[in-house]
This record gives sequence, C-alpha cells and structure tokens, in this order.
Amino acid sequence: MRSALSTLELRRPRSVDEALDALHQSIAGRRLTPLAGGTDLFVYLNAGTFEGRRFLDLTRLSELSRIRLGPAGARIGALATFRAIRTHKVLRGRFPALAAAAAEVGAWQIQSRATLAGNIANASPAGDSLPVLLAHDATVHVRSVRGARAIEFARLYRGYRDLDLAPDELITEIELPEPPKGAVPFFRKVGTRRAQSISKVVFCGLAAQGKGGALEHVRLAYGSVAPVPLRATRAEQALAGRKVSAPAAAAARKALAEDIAPIDDIRSDREYRMAVAGNVLEQFLRTLG
Amino acid sequence: MASPARPAASARRESAAIRDSRPAGPARPPGERHITIALALTVNGKRKRVSVPPMKRLLDVLREDLELPGSKEGCGEGECGACTVLMDGEPVNSCLVAAGQCEGAQILTVEGLARENRLSALQQAFVEMGGAQCGICTPGMLVSAHALLRAARGRVPGEDEVREALAGNLCRCTGYQKIVDAVRAAAGGTRGKRRAPKGG
Repeated sequence: MRSALSTLELRRPRSVDEALDALHQSIAGRRLTPLAGGTDLFVYLNAGTFEGRRFLDLTRLSELSRIRLGPAGARIGALATFRAIRTHKVLRGRFPALAAAAAEVGAWQIQSRATLAGNIANASPAGDSLPVLLAHDATVHVRSVRGARAIEFARLYRGYRDLDLAPDELITEIELPEPPKGAVPFFRKVGTRRAQSISKVVFCGLAAQGKGGALEHVRLAYGSVAPVPLRATRAEQALAGRKVSAPAAAAARKALAEDIAPIDDIRSDREYRMAVAGNVLEQFLRTLG
Repeated sequence: MASPARPAASARRESAAIRDSRPAGPARPPGERHITIALALTVNGKRKRVSVPPMKRLLDVLREDLELPGSKEGCGEGECGACTVLMDGEPVNSCLVAAGQCEGAQILTVEGLARENRLSALQQAFVEMGGAQCGICTPGMLVSAHALLRAARGRVPGEDEVREALAGNLCRCTGYQKIVDAVRAAAGGTRGKRRAPKGG
C-alpha cells in the first residue's frame, strides 16, 4: 500500500451532533475532512495529491441517508447514494432527471458509494447531478454546532470549487421542491462513453407549457461549460412565453453563447462544447414540441 | 505536558500514545506516526479481525492482511473495476474504501465465489466460453456479474443490462462479447452451449 495512508486519522462519529462537534473542534488545529463514499477523495489520496491528514467518516450517520417524499417535493439525505436514488421507485417517478443523472454517475461500483452531498461538496463543474439540482431550484440544508441553515443551491458556489460553506458546516439534506404541474424534465450527459466518463457537457432542462403552448418555468442548467455549474438565464428568458419553434430555438441558442464560457481541456474543446450545449437544448425543446 | 524534570516518564507516556490505536486529539503534533485500529469484518462468510491503519484501502487489507490476492489493482482511481468486491451486497471499488469504513461489513471477493474448489456456474461459464483472456479484469468482472445475477434472481438479464452492470469493469482483451455471453449463459443455465456464429 501507499505508506502515507498508514499515518492518516479517521474519526467515526455515531451521531450528527458528535460529527459536528468534532468538525468544529478541529478548525483551530488540524482540520478534519468529511469522508462519505470516498469515490473522489480516495482518488486524490491514491494519487498523493490530497493534503488533509485527518478524516471524519460520515457513513455511520444513517439518519443522513433517508429519502423522503411529500406533496411539497423530495428531501434527500446528504448520504443517499446514487444507487439509492436511481432505484427509489417513487423518487424516480417524480424526479426522473435526478434518477437519470444518478444512473450515469461512474458505474455500479461508484453509484454504490458516491453520495449526492459528496457530488455537491466535491464541487466539480462537471458533477453529474448538479445541473439537475439547479434546474429543480434545490435547497441545500447544512448544520454546524451553531445551528442549521438553508442555502439555495444556485448560490452555493462562489467560484471554481469554492463553496459558500463554513469549514465546520456539514451538508445534511437536499430539498427538491415539487415542479409545477405539467413541467417536463430532461437530462443529458455527453461524454466519451455512457459509463465512467466525466462529461464534456451535462445538461438538465425543465419547462412547462401554458395556454397555447407558451413555455413557462423554463430552467436550462449546464455543467462542464463554466467554472461552476450554472443556469443559462439568458437562454431561459429567450424561451419564456414563447411556443416551441425553430425561431425560438435559434434565439435560445444565440443567447446561450452569452450564458456559458466553455474552455479547451483534456476532455473536449470550447467549440465542441458550445455546439453540443446548443444541441442538447434543442433536443430538450423537441421533447416538448 | 512533558516535564523536563522527569524525561524518562515523559518518554514512556509518549511511546504509549504512539501505540494507542484510537485517533488522537487535535493537540497532537503532525508526524509520520502510524495509526492502527482493530477491525472486525466478515470476508467470504468468515469472521476476520485485523489490526490495520483506518485509512488503509480495503483492497490492501484484503490482499496484504487477509492474504486474498484475487482482487487486483488496475488504476487505483475507481475507473477499471479490477478491485471490485461486494460490500454488504453491493459492488464497490475496494481501492476507494477506507478499512475503517468496513467495521462489521460483509465483504465478498472472487475467492468467495467457488464452493470447496468447485467453481460457481458463473466462473465455469467464463472458463468454457472464453470470458477470460489475460485474467487481470476477471476477478472484478466475476464479482460484478455475480451481483447482477443475484439481483436478477434467476431471470436471464438482457444483453444491455449485462453491459450496463459491467460498465465499471474494463477489459482490454476479450472485446466483452464473450463475457456478456458467459454471464447470460450462467444465468440461464445454458453454459457450455456456444453462441451460434453470426452471419456467414
């Protein structure tokens, strides 16, 4: 084994309160890093690129893995795995885009361990579930020794991998409000392969059609096209109130170019990402058309 | 709190602390101190106790401490699936799991598939149908396929279903078709009946 791992500490709290205390107390000295499924963290550890030496295992906090559904929407525990999300029949029926994203995270082995809050906390702009959370106006519930607070997911990232969380706050739950009646969700991940790939572009759309087919509640959310996952608000505005049509789609595509800022990197390039981002938008509109 | 008047006692306390298996308080200075925990888990149906660092990877605990080298390390980053084992019934990449997270867990490795030197139907199908070539991916492939067949409860999974279940196991030799055929044959109890050649 990599000898460095033998010097790392692992705390295993049995309750959320115990976890929050330990996290808070560690701030002054050598900080504890929360560890859940480990599917991102162990990649960094195995590569020797993670500097933290102390870890806080959350996997015994079973109260954080519950998935609850009510008339107002879904409340998904921070530790719910993507396997749990994709196989939850009620959740899958009511939030199919989330289940679709969960089914394309890594492969079975990763889905068994990786958690929704882990995807959020890892804060990759390519995180598969993140555009779904944006399109559904998700709220992230966090706790610390000071109490609980709720943050709009859309405001959680201040910049590239920079979360607006205090170092002693833990994500406890993700809330997805019930979408308006008739709203149609759509998820599309574009990568080199269906499984185990990191996306070139990942997209979640949500929209309803009102009287005469006018688009309402338009949500267009993207990953891998900017330093943070984001909503294409100009493109949303270009569609709001209009019927699905070729001119409306063209206007949305044009506005989209102002919303996103894709880059060239090892997975893809700017031009390809820009074209694909427009293509998946049109694909979404065709499902409504 | 070392007292300069009693250096010997202080040294003894320090050495006792080093042997302490529990994680230290925040006041402990950084260092290359090795930490171990007593870990109890069930591997292939047998209860095991090992003394290991809590952040040691499950893969290394299996291979080094439990002398079960069937699980392989390919990539060390959860891409290739050669280290796949079942943890409480679900396939996981054992290179991404901390030993300390396995307290009380039920682990199944490829060594646990055969019964008293008799290969499982799945393993036999791999042998007979060319499901293994170089063999490095085979332990992980077998474990993932085993999980799929268990979840399918006697139903023969469709080809797409098998391919999705095995999507986290990379094979650079077989081209996958013979693996998929072997899994489906094992599920249907038709192993050994070779797939009819396609086309002319």
